Amino acid sequence: MPIPHRRFDALILGAGGAGLNAALRLASADLRVAVVSKVFPTRSHTVAAQGGVNAALANVLPDNWHWHMFDTVKGSDYLGDQDAIEYMCREAIPTVYELEHAGVPFSRLDNGKIYQRAFGGQSQDFGGDQAARTCAAADRTGHAILHTLYQQNVRARSHFFDEYFGIDLIRDDEGVVIGALVLDIESGEPLVIESKATLIATGGYGQVFRTTTNAFINTGDGMAMALRAGVPLQDMEFYQFHPTGVAGKGMLITEGARGEGGFLVNGDGERFMERYAPRALDLASRDVVARSMVTEIREGRGAGPNKDHVLLKLDHLGAEVVHQRLPGITDICRVFLGIDPAKDAIPVFPTAHYAMGGIPTDPHARVVAPARHGPEEVVPGLYAAGECACVSVHGANRLGGNSLLDILVFGRAAGTDILRFVAENPNHRTMRDEHIEPALARMQRWERKGEGESVHAAKADLRKLMEDHCGVFRERETMAEGVDKLKALRDRIDGVRLQDHSKTFNTARIEALELDNLMDVGMATLMSALHREESRGAHSRVDFPQRDDEQWMKHSLYSREDDRMDFKPVRTKPLTVESFPPKARVY
Amino acid sequence: MKISVYRYHPDTDDKPRMQTFEVEERPGMMLREALLEIKAQDETFAFRHSCGEGVCGSDGMNVNGKNCLACVTPVADLKQPIQVRPFPGRPVIRDLVVDMTQFYEQYRNVQPYLVRKDPLPEQEIPQSPADRDKLDGLYECILCGCCSTACPSFWWNPEKFHGPAALLQAWRFLADSRDQATDERLDALEGPYKLFRCHTIMNCVEVCPKGLNPTKAIGHIKELMLQKSI
Repeated sequence: MPIPHRRFDALILGAGGAGLNAALRLASADLRVAVVSKVFPTRSHTVAAQGGVNAALANVLPDNWHWHMFDTVKGSDYLGDQDAIEYMCREAIPTVYELEHAGVPFSRLDNGKIYQRAFGGQSQDFGGDQAARTCAAADRTGHAILHTLYQQNVRARSHFFDEYFGIDLIRDDEGVVIGALVLDIESGEPLVIESKATLIATGGYGQVFRTTTNAFINTGDGMAMALRAGVPLQDMEFYQFHPTGVAGKGMLITEGARGEGGFLVNGDGERFMERYAPRALDLASRDVVARSMVTEIREGRGAGPNKDHVLLKLDHLGAEVVHQRLPGITDICRVFLGIDPAKDAIPVFPTAHYAMGGIPTDPHARVVAPARHGPEEVVPGLYAAGECACVSVHGANRLGGNSLLDILVFGRAAGTDILRFVAENPNHRTMRDEHIEPALARMQRWERKGEGESVHAAKADLRKLMEDHCGVFRERETMAEGVDKLKALRDRIDGVRLQDHSKTFNTARIEALELDNLMDVGMATLMSALHREESRGAHSRVDFPQRDDEQWMKHSLYSREDDRMDFKPVRTKPLTVESFPPKARVY
Repeated sequence: MKISVYRYHPDTDDKPRMQTFEVEERPGMMLREALLEIKAQDETFAFRHSCGEGVCGSDGMNVNGKNCLACVTPVADLKQPIQVRPFPGRPVIRDLVVDMTQFYEQYRNVQPYLVRKDPLPEQEIPQSPADRDKLDGLYECILCGCCSTACPSFWWNPEKFHGPAALLQAWRFLADSRDQATDERLDALEGPYKLFRCHTIMNCVEVCPKGLNPTKAIGHIKELMLQKSI
């Protein structure tokens, strides 16, 4: 039976904040937009973001976008592209107001303005006193934003393909992206969506690690799609471990808990961040706090019977602040730990949380890849935004509150540029069967029957491997061993078989397709980490403890073909202001 | 521990059946983890789930006769053998996966978005903390469907009665000091079914995993309608 085709002006893969903000922009301009999501849109992982979104509104303390830019460049350990960072920090302000107008129920100050809290790595006046830049809806900001964006898309009548899984991009002979092959999870039938422009907004891949704050659905689907389409992934060695995941379980405890005045103590009850970041203390950058915690534990000062975690104390803030400003955290502690955070300290450990790296794009969210004319040639018809993309605004370490900002600003930017692109390219290009062939082959690979290892077992091995060989502290020997093991696992995957070949809502098949994706992004992460012989941001090499700007102030690019590594320069020139040159990073 | 789960596959089964699995209980184990263990034993078992912490709203199901989210339901609190079934009153697609189309349709029917008619200011639309407090207990809804699929009025008239989740959202926008579509919203809820089929049975309140109170929200809408009609 021939595969049905549907045609839209724009195709958006993923219905988190980036995808929905792009869809809203396009649908409001009367384009025909298809939004494909493997879960109902409000189940996307944006929903779990807690603390807030950064914008220099200056509602609480003096602020301006230029200070925000400085903090972001410094936080990135000077690997972020300064043109993109300037754009994001300027756009932050109108973006938050636009969201508020769309209905986001931000918490409020007495004067009726949006409530802003302190977050890590924020300063006034280029490294001075702590700033308060994070706009919050209690500690459910992601939920509030995602639901609002979905609601506005309902108003704008965007076309949703709920519970459809993206198999692969479709490119024509000239390399133009002309749509995607997707799978209707309920019926098990494939569908081709033809589009003039395609946006990948599929989020992160925390499921590649055993303990993660990420949801089950965060399997790097779009990143792996890009890899298979021949696009490299950028800066994949930079993976953020959030300081405060619930120890052993992984649920996120927002940085806002420290922003509201909470602090960390070791097993001796000592406020150890005083030794590591005398000025910013517990609100130093996440990479700094995570390393300090692991160092405390490694040196025998952990808390608990096994001395394997540290404690987050909020009890001095009073029940009113804790329960009012952090109701979601209060819930998580009650349900999963049986404690009240206003009374008892929370056991925490750095937990896999966020990919700074991803699909390389320019500040218009256009995917760029090395080609004939240089390292940043636009891939026609293809866009990426959000955690799956690498603009790069986060460089080697993302600041808290900048991820919601990233998805909103660059989701919107993608929408704006797609409008231009579709105006300039008003016709669908011809799609022939052979263009669809590679995507179909990927799907059919899992139709092979017979005995074999299970998807579940292979996935568990992958997650353990990544945790053991690519954690907070890294060195050549363990990573090289990890790469060998991962290559062996990749060979094993060929022998993995599904036992369930039924069509209707076959979640086993989806998990098998996700496993392919996790393998690809796992390899990208480990290979990139092995190659970068310096310590920068979240990438901490025990064998190369210093940052090396001479050799390594450059972006890495991993290609799937032969697991090849390439590099390209950092864009240090901002749009209008002076460049921030690299300096020692002290908090 | 013994867990009995509802199994139905439309391609192979004439009718549904219950199947019992043995799962090793761990301290602090949530039902979702137990279901994942079953999935590891038998990959043909299908259920929706994602975040694992009660914010995405994917894994609503009926457990020992009561709707709940599996990821925030400790197995230690459940009488064994644990009986796990799909949401009542919804067409079953496969195993615990039900068709929620009508539930989402009712949500879309209440214009679940802020309507602002005045020109937009350059900055935020001001809102006092007291006015913002009125949205607490409303905006936190995760659209899991536990409430509406526990509501007898929704079982009987799912195409006419909006159901508790959609009505909670209707009130969320009526209660928002920034919204400027009160009259249209109330007019759209007129008639004997959309709103007024609520018989305050309060199943919705009992099952909401976020502790929200749709019955109270429905009461507020009725009061406002009454005020407007005088």
